[in-house]
Amino acid sequence: MIQVRDLSVAFGRGAHAVRAARDVSFHVAQGESFGLVGESGSGKSTVLRALSGLLTNWTGAMTVGGRTLGPRRDKAFYKLVQMVFQDPYGSLHPRHTVDRILGEPVAIHRLGDADARIARALENVGLGARFRYRYPHQLSGGQRQRVAVARALILEPKVLLLDEPTSALDVSIQAEVLNLLERIKRERGLTYILVSHNLSVVAHMCARLAVMNHGAVVEELTVDQLRAHAPTHAYTRQLLTASLGYDRAAVERFEDFAESA
Amino acid sequence: MSARPLLSVEDLRVDFATPKGVVEAVRGVSFDVGREKLGVVGESGSGKSVTGRAILGLVRPPGKIRARRIEFDGIDLLSTDRRTLNQIRGGRISMVMQDPKFSLNPVITVGKQIAEAYRLHGDAGRKAAKRRALDMLAAVRIRDPERVYNAYPHEVSGGMGQRIMIAMMLSPDPDLLIADEPTSALDVTVQMQVLAILDDLVTQRGMGLIFISHDLNLVASFCDRVLIMYAGRIMEVCDAKRLNEARHPYTRGLLNCLPRIDEPGGNLPVLNRDPAWVDQRL
Repeated sequence: MIQVRDLSVAFGRGAHAVRAARDVSFHVAQGESFGLVGESGSGKSTVLRALSGLLTNWTGAMTVGGRTLGPRRDKAFYKLVQMVFQDPYGSLHPRHTVDRILGEPVAIHRLGDADARIARALENVGLGARFRYRYPHQLSGGQRQRVAVARALILEPKVLLLDEPTSALDVSIQAEVLNLLERIKRERGLTYILVSHNLSVVAHMCARLAVMNHGAVVEELTVDQLRAHAPTHAYTRQLLTASLGYDRAAVERFEDFAESA
Repeated sequence: MSARPLLSVEDLRVDFATPKGVVEAVRGVSFDVGREKLGVVGESGSGKSVTGRAILGLVRPPGKIRARRIEFDGIDLLSTDRRTLNQIRGGRISMVMQDPKFSLNPVITVGKQIAEAYRLHGDAGRKAAKRRALDMLAAVRIRDPERVYNAYPHEVSGGMGQRIMIAMMLSPDPDLLIADEPTSALDVTVQMQVLAILDDLVTQRGMGLIFISHDLNLVASFCDRVLIMYAGRIMEVCDAKRLNEARHPYTRGLLNCLPRIDEPGGNLPVLNRDPAWVDQRL
C-alpha cells in the first residue's frame, strides 16, 4: 500500500543544513499497522509530514496505493490518505463548531449529503448528536481527539497517518482512543502508520515497526522480536530498557547515540 | 524513615471560587513524607499538582488553601511569618516544574540564574556562588559546565534545561524537593538519566522527594511509596514495589488500561469511574 524509498529531507542550506530524514525506506502492506518510533528530533514526524504532503522539500521515491507521489498532491490523494495530529487542542479550529469542522472536508471534496455523513461520522467515533454543535473548547481532550479522528474518516480514506495521536491524553482516555482506532481499522480494513515516542503504544497497535535515530532508520523489526527483547541494534535495546521503567543500574550503561548515523 | 517525618500534611483542602461555583481541587488530603521518594499519581484534574503547590503556598487567588496542619521540620507552614516562609521556600523546600522553558528567565544566562538562587538562600559571595553553580551543573552530569554556565536558556536542549532547573533547585541543598512532572517533557533515555540524578540525591544526601507524575509505571519503578489521587482525594497509598497488588478499583483501572510492550494488542480495558470514590474515606 505504501512504499517509501530513500526518503531524505533537509532543512537549511550548505554547511548549516540539518538532515532531518536520511535515506529512509520502508513499506507498509494493505491493512497493516506500521510504527515509527524514535525520540524527539529522530525524524519520525518529518517522514510522516513528507508522506502526507505537508513537506515538499524531500527527495527519494514514495508511492501510495500504486501511485507515485510528487511534491504536490491532488485532491484524490487526500481522499485516500488522511492524518490525525498529536495535539487535539491545536488541530481543531477554535471558532468552528464540530459540525463545521466535519463539514469542511465534505464540501471540499464535493461528496454531498453532508448532514448524514457528519451524523454518521460522529456516531462512528462514539460521540452522539449532542456534540455536533459544540465548539472545541466545550469538549475534553479525548472528545476533541475523537472529532479529529472523525474529520479524518469522513472522507473514507484507505490510509490513516497518526502522529502521536494519544500522547496529549490521560492514560484512561488513551485506552479509549486506541480502542477506537483499532475498531475502525478492523471494520474498514484501513492501513495505519503510527508515529510515537511511546514503545508500548506502538507495540500495542502495530505488528511491525522501524526505530529511528537522528533522521535514519536504525532498525526495522517485528513486535514479536521486540517482545522477545531481541532487537539487534544497541540503540533499540537501550530504548526498550528505558521504556520498561526506571532501573538505576541500567542508566549507568546508557550510551550517547548522538550523530552515530 | 526517621521517627519524625520531614513534612506532615493533614486534611489539606484547596478551593477555587469561580463564577460557576466553588471548585474543590483538593479535598482533605493527608500524608507524611520522610527522607524517601514519595510518588503522587493521578490523571489531569486529580489535584496532584495543586497539592504540590499548596505545600509551598503557591496557589494564586482565587485559590484558597486550608489545612489542619502543614508542618515541615517542626514549623507550621500555614501560620509562620512571611520571612520564615520565604527562607524555607526555595531554600529548604524547593520545587521543579514540568517545563524548563517556562521556568528559566530567557534573557539571563543559565549560570547567573543558578548563582542567584544560591545567593538568595545563603550569604555566599559572587565568586563562591559561581563555583557552587559550576559544581551543581557538574553534579547533574552536564559535561561542559563552563560552557553551559554562560549559555542562555534557548541555547540548551530540553533535557539539559531540566538538569539546569534541578541544579538550580538543589544548589541551596534543600531537605525536600517537590518535583512536578519533572521528566514528562523529556525523551525516555534522558528521563531515566534525570531520575538517576534525583535518586542519588535522595540516597546520598538524605533528601526527601515528592514526585508528582501521571505515569504509573514510572512511579512504580522509581519511587518508594505511591499516593494515588482522584478528584482531589487520595484513593490509595501503596508500596511502589507492590503497586501491582493495588486493591482500589481506580488504581487497578489505571494499571489495566496501559498498553504493555510485553503483551499482545487487542482491546484495552477501559476505566469505569465510580462516583462513590469521590466521597469515600481512606
